[in-house]
Amino acid sequence: MKQNGIKVQNLFKKFGDFTAVNDLSFEVKSGELFGLLGPNGAGKTTAISIMTGLLEPTSGTAFVGGFDIKSHINEIRKLIGVCPQEPAFYPYLTGRENVELFGNLHNVPKKVLKQRTEELLELVGLVEGATRRAGNYSGGMIRRISLVMALINDPEIAFLDEPTVAMDPQSRRATWGFVKNLKERNKTVILTTHYIEEAEALCDRVGIIDEGKIIALNTPQALMQEHNANDLEGVFLKITGKKIRE
Amino acid sequence: MNIRRINALLNKEIKSLYRVPATLFLAILFPIVLTGAFGLAFGGGSAIGNSTYTVGIVDLDNTVWSEYFIGNISENEVFVNTSYSDSETGENDLAQGKISALIVIPTDFGASIDSYWLNSTNPSTWTNVTVELFVDQGSLIASSAIPPLIQQLLFTTLYGESATNAPQSPIRLGNPAEVDSEHTTQFDLMAPGMFAFAAIFITMIVADAFTEQRSKGLLRRIQLTPTSPSEVILSSMLANMATAILQVGIVFAVASLLGFKSQAELTGLLLSFIMVMLLALISVGFGLIAASLAKTPGAATGISFIFILPQMFFGTFVPGSSDIGQLVPSYYVTDALTSILLRGAAITSETVIYDLLVLIVYCIVVIIVGIGIFAKFGREK
Repeated sequence: MKQNGIKVQNLFKKFGDFTAVNDLSFEVKSGELFGLLGPNGAGKTTAISIMTGLLEPTSGTAFVGGFDIKSHINEIRKLIGVCPQEPAFYPYLTGRENVELFGNLHNVPKKVLKQRTEELLELVGLVEGATRRAGNYSGGMIRRISLVMALINDPEIAFLDEPTVAMDPQSRRATWGFVKNLKERNKTVILTTHYIEEAEALCDRVGIIDEGKIIALNTPQALMQEHNANDLEGVFLKITGKKIRE
Repeated sequence: MNIRRINALLNKEIKSLYRVPATLFLAILFPIVLTGAFGLAFGGGSAIGNSTYTVGIVDLDNTVWSEYFIGNISENEVFVNTSYSDSETGENDLAQGKISALIVIPTDFGASIDSYWLNSTNPSTWTNVTVELFVDQGSLIASSAIPPLIQQLLFTTLYGESATNAPQSPIRLGNPAEVDSEHTTQFDLMAPGMFAFAAIFITMIVADAFTEQRSKGLLRRIQLTPTSPSEVILSSMLANMATAILQVGIVFAVASLLGFKSQAELTGLLLSFIMVMLLALISVGFGLIAASLAKTPGAATGISFIFILPQMFFGTFVPGSSDIGQLVPSYYVTDALTSILLRGAAITSETVIYDLLVLIVYCIVVIIVGIGIFAKFGREK
């Protein structure tokens, strides 16, 4: 495995009697855009929380950038950028101040931080709104600033947890462009989503997850061919007998 | 520890102080407004607690008359006597709050009474003397209750049991107001408690801030960066110490405008700031504990009052009135500041050093416990 890849091995996470992640195993290659596709409550966010050290696995392990999550979480945090499903930001800070705060927490050199902040704000179309307090942002703007906050350290590995949920079409298009840009720059990306078209448009490979288990894993085209389906929704339907977005 | 990260978090905390109206109110306006309200409520001089006062006596006369006067004081159930060989030692103890008043019986005290009884109708033949009375200006009750009682006992010594007043007397009681005339208002007496009072509310600010950040996922988000929990907590401590300095500055400025005159020298003022900052740190520790116990910012506010109320009522405006007071850290700040600001006690005096040491120990224990509990139970709910 190359240094910036991810390897997940027999991961379990139980909350009491409930098994959120059930024997999860997969690998993500360096520079790959990997999608975790599944319905709400499938275990996508729990899996990401374990890979980023927010949750401890009940059993099993994972290696992120070659580091074991159980013993080298500090090294892993220098490599990663995480965009949480629920955008977390300081409402009394401006958009730019929120981004700069997280740049400083990642110890991004000052000159680089200034330049990168402007570049990313421009990329997500937030230059004009950057001086407004984030508490006054619309839902779409909040999602976009949250994405910039996650990637201000130019991480080698990005975890994007449902980055386009509840976004307007304009914001979603901007975000897709942003994610494609990461891919072009050879960054490793794990993207969780329950939007079929998003997974099909962006991901090199997709792991379809349901009830904490990977039930199918391949490129979108190969999955559709293998299950004789027109889209990934059809793949999911054929395997589980239910729709992803029920 | 990374200075840049701490600085970034500190900047964020400072911005919340003046950009978030609720924090601004809690940190600056609320303590001042509430201090004013409690000042009015408790400023009426209502007697609380002690019914006895320890009085130091320096007998420079050593005659039967001075012994008789001392005996009258001893028999009075309000007073407990302590003898001093010189007034300097007695004044030092008074400055530290160890005694409530100091009486200096002058050398001609007996001769003065003899001269009166030799010719009670001719004042020109009397030997006039002044019995000096120094009263603890840091105690509202002592400063108002002791002088008339001593005056009464002086009359009894001179004229007998039935005496209540006399038109003329060779013995004059030094007026405590002349000794320290600027420290006589209720406001002056409450000022040391106000400094401590303001810092107590930092508990609520910290508890609120941490639960708010936790519920919004911000602590998680910070946790995903290389930032350590100690950097987050240290930045909060620094921000709240800065808040405490601001609070003390504002309370001091307002108090000065209203006529408060400190007896402290520059070193005393500096130590006062340091002690309030220590109380601010203790409040951060209490805030972390409250945040660990609470699930929501609203609950954090409620739990904060468990730490705030005892400190407010037992350790600010009425120091020394209750043994319970000695359990709360604000008591030691108020006690030391009363000695420094009102009595002009030196920062090296026994009382001040004792208060400072207790506060330092309290601070270390509460911060360690606060961080420990927060690290274990407070970061995730």
